[in-house]
Amino acid sequence: MYKAWLVFRKDVQQEFKTRYALNAIFLFAIVTLTAVSFSIGAFSAGPEILSALLWIILFFSSMSGLAHIFVREEETHTADTLKLVTTSSSVFIGKLLFNIMLLFMVELLVVPLFMGVMNFVIYDAFVFVLSLVFGTFGLAGGGTIVAAIISKSNTKGALFTVLAFPILLPVIVSGISAAKKAATNAPLVLASSELQALFAFAVVIITAGILLFDFIWNE
Amino acid sequence: MKLTAEKISKNFAEKSIFKNLTFEAESGTCLAVLGPNGSGKTTLMRILSHLILPTSGSITYSQNGTTIRPEHIFQHIGFLGPYLELYQDLSAMENLEFFSKIRGLKDFAPRIFQLMEQFGLKGREDDAVKTYSSGMKQRLKYVFALLHEPQILFVDEPRSNLDEEGIRLVYEVLQQYKQNHLLIMATNDSDDLKLADVKVQVNV
Repeated sequence: MYKAWLVFRKDVQQEFKTRYALNAIFLFAIVTLTAVSFSIGAFSAGPEILSALLWIILFFSSMSGLAHIFVREEETHTADTLKLVTTSSSVFIGKLLFNIMLLFMVELLVVPLFMGVMNFVIYDAFVFVLSLVFGTFGLAGGGTIVAAIISKSNTKGALFTVLAFPILLPVIVSGISAAKKAATNAPLVLASSELQALFAFAVVIITAGILLFDFIWNE
Repeated sequence: MKLTAEKISKNFAEKSIFKNLTFEAESGTCLAVLGPNGSGKTTLMRILSHLILPTSGSITYSQNGTTIRPEHIFQHIGFLGPYLELYQDLSAMENLEFFSKIRGLKDFAPRIFQLMEQFGLKGREDDAVKTYSSGMKQRLKYVFALLHEPQILFVDEPRSNLDEEGIRLVYEVLQQYKQNHLLIMATNDSDDLKLADVKVQVNV
């Protein structure tokens, strides 16, 4: 775990010097949020539409930044350097931690802005926050393993979203449903299946990522 | 440390890069990998260092008769080559500290300063690697490769981007290094080959 922490810290150090992923992800989130707020307006959409829009913004924002963590290693020819000094599992966990941090930072900015601009009222904050947390782990887990796969290919940018979308679809669907229930003040028990699905997906995708990453990394 | 390579072959898709290479080398010697451009020298270096797998054949490293497991070989390897870069946005010190910590080295700071001085980079520790000239980057790669005092040193194109003084320094270091360690280099340069004890020709 210490080595994974060192990989994470190195990535944070690099990111705060260049801000490639941060700028990409924040700009995408703000531009989409602005476009959505101008086209729909604050009071015309119900919780169903707003929940979907929130998760669409979160998903596509994350797509614009999550792949960077592995693409950068391949493009700057540092992947082999990293292979020489540490194990594949510590690389995967370090990169996963970085992507989780990146997504939480985006959510900290986008979610309150979205709620304010779009008048998206949440009645059950517990369900909403829990769905965001589990969803973040799922998005980051799936995004990290897909990023590792596409970093080896020639058409990195386009391929990432194309490959990630079907893999991450359960997160988007469950996340939208959980947000909708949190916004309509449904009892906790009604949202439990969405929360269970998000939690299970995160556990499965992260475990599969750790187990499969060695084959991708040392390909 | 002893390297035994048996019948190594490598194909990329349908194309055969080299076939059935068999050779041995041990500490105290320098193994030189020779061949024309595009012949697969770098590929062989990457296979020998376990960065990529051969299509067939085996590579074994042993120490005092005990075989070193492939997953532990990286602890014993230092590697530098034109395609292996350090983190350009970080300073030399940040890079070397990261690599020292992740390799589990203790009290690495004096070793870093000693190597930086030896390779003529003293005073540039806190500069971002991207501000270094190509020759300085090559020197820094030597610092990175020698930092953990590896048993086996892989050097792909030892003189790459170096000035006269840098080349003289590198030859001195490599000459001294190979006395007790295994040095493996990929080169076609006749001056580099003066260091070689065993030669492996690829794509013949």
